[in-house]
Amino acid sequence: MHRFANPNRFMQISGALLPWTAASTVLLVAAGLYLGLFRAPPDYQQGESVRIMYVHVPTSWMAMFCYTFLAGSAAVGLIWKHPLADLSAKAAAPIGACFTLLALATGSLWGKPMWGTWWEWDARLTSVLVLFFLYLGYIALVNAFDDPTRGVRAGSILALVGFVNVPIIKFSVDWWNTLHQPASVFRMDGPTIHTSMLIPLLLMGVGFTTYFFWVWMLRVRTEIVAGKIRAHRRRQVQRAPVDFAGDGRAVSTEG
Amino acid sequence: MTDSIAAFFAMGGYAFYVWPSLGLTAVVMVGLLWSSWRGLRSAEGTLESLRAAPTPQGTEASGRPE
Repeated sequence: MHRFANPNRFMQISGALLPWTAASTVLLVAAGLYLGLFRAPPDYQQGESVRIMYVHVPTSWMAMFCYTFLAGSAAVGLIWKHPLADLSAKAAAPIGACFTLLALATGSLWGKPMWGTWWEWDARLTSVLVLFFLYLGYIALVNAFDDPTRGVRAGSILALVGFVNVPIIKFSVDWWNTLHQPASVFRMDGPTIHTSMLIPLLLMGVGFTTYFFWVWMLRVRTEIVAGKIRAHRRRQVQRAPVDFAGDGRAVSTEG
Repeated sequence: MTDSIAAFFAMGGYAFYVWPSLGLTAVVMVGLLWSSWRGLRSAEGTLESLRAAPTPQGTEASGRPE
């Protein structure tokens, strides 16, 4: 695996994959929206409001997928000290934060007509809110230190400790009484929703996953380029003649 | 025809909840994609101009691969 995990290799491979992730995202999401909005039937209990499901459920899956990806990258970065793993974690965090925000917002917009409330402090909703704060905490910690490696280290430890929240979210609907309905797709005994709803839901889920990798590759590439910029500036500063202005202070040329 | 279009946008009376959900998702996802792409473009531009600029001592360092 480490053969692929060097920055130049990553630039090459991601450069080749970017157009494919972009095209699959557009096609999968377009097909999912078409089937979900025009072909799938309204729910017999929830009516047309069930169409919120086609964005609420995939964004919620992605909120947990991104966090798992973030924690996995953080673990590789901490244990093997691989610099690309740190960049991977940094790139995944804002994407996960956006998906979590969307899961919360669309859930709220679905909860109001169905449950009669925008928000309830129950296990599922609260644990997802905690997930959102874990993402924000990671982003804040990574940027809180002057030394970027210390920031990433602190953030990675937070990401790993916070991973305990992911199974809590998944099983919260089984462990506690909650307004939120239990799982209907990823169940031991198979999905309990009809194929006409399941297919658009899965198309959206796969499309959001390719979207994740699309944006993730863009952001990892940005981090690699930013590293080159820092290296370049360091070399410039080292090569610059040190001028003393008579008061004993060195004049830096770093701008 | 116009009735069925109106019925589609009415979403069985849930238009106020369904369309903001879809719209917000679209805005956030497209916005994140756009800002990530812009960030990459601007970083690439900065690196290019750094490599093109002469170094303080005038030594040739531009275009050198990392």
